[in-house]
Amino acid sequence: MPLGIFFLISLVKVVLTLAVLLTLVAYVQLAERRIVARIQRRVGPTRVGPSGFLQPAADTFKFILKEDITPTEAHPFLYVLAPVISVVLALTALSVVPIGGTFHLFGYPIQFQVTDINVGLLFVLGVTSLGVYGIVLAGWSSNSKYSFLGSLRGGSQMVSYELALGLALIGPIMLAGSLDLRQIVNAQNHIWYIVPEFVAFCIYLTAAFAETNRIPFDLPEAEGELGAGYHTEYSSMKFAMFFLAEYVNMITVSCIATIVFLGGWHGPMFGPALLRVFLPVIWFALKVAFFLFLYIWVRGTLPRFRYDQLMGFGWKFLVPLALANIVVTGAVLSFH
Amino acid sequence: MGEYTIGRGNSTREIAAMTSTPSYMANYLPILIQFVLALALALGLIVASRLIGQRRPGKIKLSPYECGMTPKGDVRSGFAVKFYLVAIVFILFDIEAVFLLPWAVEFRRLRVLGLVEMIVYIAIVLAGFTYIWKRGVLDWNTPERNEPTLPPSVARTGNH
Repeated sequence: MPLGIFFLISLVKVVLTLAVLLTLVAYVQLAERRIVARIQRRVGPTRVGPSGFLQPAADTFKFILKEDITPTEAHPFLYVLAPVISVVLALTALSVVPIGGTFHLFGYPIQFQVTDINVGLLFVLGVTSLGVYGIVLAGWSSNSKYSFLGSLRGGSQMVSYELALGLALIGPIMLAGSLDLRQIVNAQNHIWYIVPEFVAFCIYLTAAFAETNRIPFDLPEAEGELGAGYHTEYSSMKFAMFFLAEYVNMITVSCIATIVFLGGWHGPMFGPALLRVFLPVIWFALKVAFFLFLYIWVRGTLPRFRYDQLMGFGWKFLVPLALANIVVTGAVLSFH
Repeated sequence: MGEYTIGRGNSTREIAAMTSTPSYMANYLPILIQFVLALALALGLIVASRLIGQRRPGKIKLSPYECGMTPKGDVRSGFAVKFYLVAIVFILFDIEAVFLLPWAVEFRRLRVLGLVEMIVYIAIVLAGFTYIWKRGVLDWNTPERNEPTLPPSVARTGNH
């Protein structure tokens, strides 16, 4: 493939990916508000558009129109840099995530993936773990006590649970023998890894909730204790960017959970050739939607952890359990 | 997974020319594209809200939020040393996790020898883990400074 065409195809894919992501974030947010409202026996936003369908657009305009405040005490450069770091890293991490098989368009093979690198899983882990800089810098540069406490909590929590997250993925990597996300999916032809690696799946899911600062692990932005946590001082679009990053990160960890544990785009295949191109993508989307629903469901159901419980649970329970899981997986694989 | 075709098919030689990516490093080019576009999007959003949004700053509005109280003291003066400890312990264990990744990829080829070596490695790491556990690095509900303990007799009667 000539470099020019490769560049063009990549550009189209990137633009499509970003457009789909931003739309998805908007509607996941709407879905969350509606579902949580139902759980709490409310109705949620219904006024803008048919059953609230245009609410995300209205919110976006409102965010842009609001006053952009930079506190006098804040570090001017880092204060702007922090939300940029959060958003850019969140959006970049998804570039290696495959959401379907391969098809041929006028002879050129097109993958449902921006790019296929052989260390995809490592790339996602690396880029998402850099996201902690956004939170720590936001709290430090704001120079407000609530922000600072929120960022301290956030930093410690994210590095602690990142460990459990990484260790939980070792088991499936041993089974697949690869860090290539496509090969990990293909290795699950016979059985989804959620069956042999159920313990790892539970650890991953718990750690993923903590990594994305979602209830029951939303201590960095605990509104009852810290105002709004690390983004207390942020307003207007910069505040929206932290939200955007949080929701994109939710989508990323859901995609990785789908790929590593739920067989990616595997599912029943039927119908004409054109349908067979898009059916895997539909299966993939349904599995990701399941995880996103789980996020919302948990938010409507569980109370928040206390900070000592949170750190104790991560270090004293999840990390040893993940290590034990690696040893057991290794033993079973060796003598199988 | 099977592969499917939209449009006309090609000869084998044509396909070989079209399917090979330009080079190994070229696979990382789309990541750069996505990074640049995401950066442009983020900066564009900030500039848009700067241009369109209203601006009516005031002294009180620009002061740090403290529930309406006058802000007191310096924020960055100090914080619990526990957070440092967690960061240091994290670095040690993260290196362990990084070592485990290539081992996991090659595990099926290393077989029993690989397993034994990794158990020894994990055992050494666990020894350190047990040490920090016993030293209370992972305990968050203990008070930051130990109160000076009173002699047992005084503590019992409560007269001091």
